Amino acid sequence: MQRKSSISLGAIYYWWLVAVLFAPIFLLIIFSFNNSTQLVFPFKGFTLQWYAKLLESREMLEAVRTSVFLGIGSSLLSTSLGALGAIAITRFKFAGKGAFTAVAAMPLVIPYIILGVSLLIMFNEVGIHLSAWAAGLAHVVISLPYALLIITSRLVGFPANLEEAAMDLGASYWGALMRVTIPICSPALVAAFLICFTISFDEFAIASFLVGTQPTLPVYLYSQLRFPTRLPLVVSLAAILMVVSMIVVLLSEWLRRIGQEPSQRS
Amino acid sequence: MENRQRITFLIGPPALYLLLFFLLPMGIMVFFSFRAGMMGAERNILTLDNYREYLTNAFFHRLLFRSALIAFTISLISVLLAYPLAYYLVFHTGARRVTLLTLTIIPTWTSYLLRIFAWKLILGSTGLLNSLLLTLGIIERASPILIYSRTAVMVTLVYVWVPFVALPIFAALERIDRNLLEAAADLGCKPWEAFLRVTLPLSLPGVVAGFFFAMIPTLGEFVTPLLVGGAQGSMYGNLIQDQFMRALNWPMGSVMSLAMLAVVALLLFLFTRVASISDLLEI
Repeated sequence: MQRKSSISLGAIYYWWLVAVLFAPIFLLIIFSFNNSTQLVFPFKGFTLQWYAKLLESREMLEAVRTSVFLGIGSSLLSTSLGALGAIAITRFKFAGKGAFTAVAAMPLVIPYIILGVSLLIMFNEVGIHLSAWAAGLAHVVISLPYALLIITSRLVGFPANLEEAAMDLGASYWGALMRVTIPICSPALVAAFLICFTISFDEFAIASFLVGTQPTLPVYLYSQLRFPTRLPLVVSLAAILMVVSMIVVLLSEWLRRIGQEPSQRS
Repeated sequence: MENRQRITFLIGPPALYLLLFFLLPMGIMVFFSFRAGMMGAERNILTLDNYREYLTNAFFHRLLFRSALIAFTISLISVLLAYPLAYYLVFHTGARRVTLLTLTIIPTWTSYLLRIFAWKLILGSTGLLNSLLLTLGIIERASPILIYSRTAVMVTLVYVWVPFVALPIFAALERIDRNLLEAAADLGCKPWEAFLRVTLPLSLPGVVAGFFFAMIPTLGEFVTPLLVGGAQGSMYGNLIQDQFMRALNWPMGSVMSLAMLAVVALLLFLFTRVASISDLLEI
């Protein structure tokens, strides 16, 4: 399968595709420095005013805050639930294990709109007030499969008898979990938390049904997309978020990589 | 005995959570679909009328069918674009392949909403494409035909899906034993023959996984049609959203959602005929 490599057709195709994938994003970034309220060509000039105005937009900052809290809360919960589930799946045999994994994976293959409306109906029936937290409950459901997957793949890399060894040395089972299993998992736990956070932070479809009068950032962004004069502001925020989320995802990817190479030392 | 207690403590919380916030709402939605209405006495009447109305409304079926078709086309195009990408990376880039793959994923770390919105800036009547065509003199007046159409929805969603679809294909191609390809060559297979008879069949689970991974969420898509689709590009998801947010006919909306779930279930069934669910998870 050796090929003469120089500039091959494959390379041209790859770099073309990469250019296409990045183009819309660069377009947004360029517009965030454009000195015009309209996102139209040609450019009017360079400005940082949109970034300066961001700090004055109280509603937007409020939405950012809501999304950050929501992301942290829902990710903590889904990472914890995911860790418990992953330990159970990898360390024990029990009836209903297959059913549990199947149900836990299901949100991956159900269109979000259906999850959103079914929770809307339930919250309405039970009388739970719609709020960002209601959306957060849904975000746990959709991010749990990712948390389970990440933590499970870390745990299978380690022999279960590490826990047994700790127990032979006098630790209780829960003590062994806290002092052996959880520390072993910690890179995976952080990676899972970060992935869950990015899922929650970017989620619009479900949130649009559940947030009530407490918009998360995507819901707020959507509401602003209809007002052309607000757009440059939105775009400049997007540029900042992009940089932040890239840092977060790179960090989690790095941790996941560490997490998947079981070292003898820990 | 001890083990049983441990298992209960471990699996209990996540299982209970899924029961409360995933299975229970689905169940309540099924119940809701039989309600005659949302207010007053109608709430307590259970009826099959919603189903009857749904089944006799040709518009609903057409829209569901059309959305399925759009989702199918989008997934197919995404696979066709992603396959050469994955193939090139696995077979021709050596050790750099994971880095190069990651490079294609980076754009997806931007807000989903804004990536779609960026396409509005490109396709819009005052957008990039129109300005470009104007400047080049290919068209004389800015035209809005690029935006607010089914094509705009498809272009945008293909853009969204290509990098994700490439992942399972990449994984499937990586799993192929290179010795098989050498054996094929030794036995006189031409490269394209080896591709058709060895590589392609072996990578099919990844292809199918990528296809469904794109198709199922696309079926329920309502945000992209709202932003770039306009009335022309409206999809079934928009219909459901309307029932809940505007028409406020939740029982009917529930029936519509269940119909979509039925299509999803059918798709998953077809999927398990050709690949395993674990292929879908390997992303």
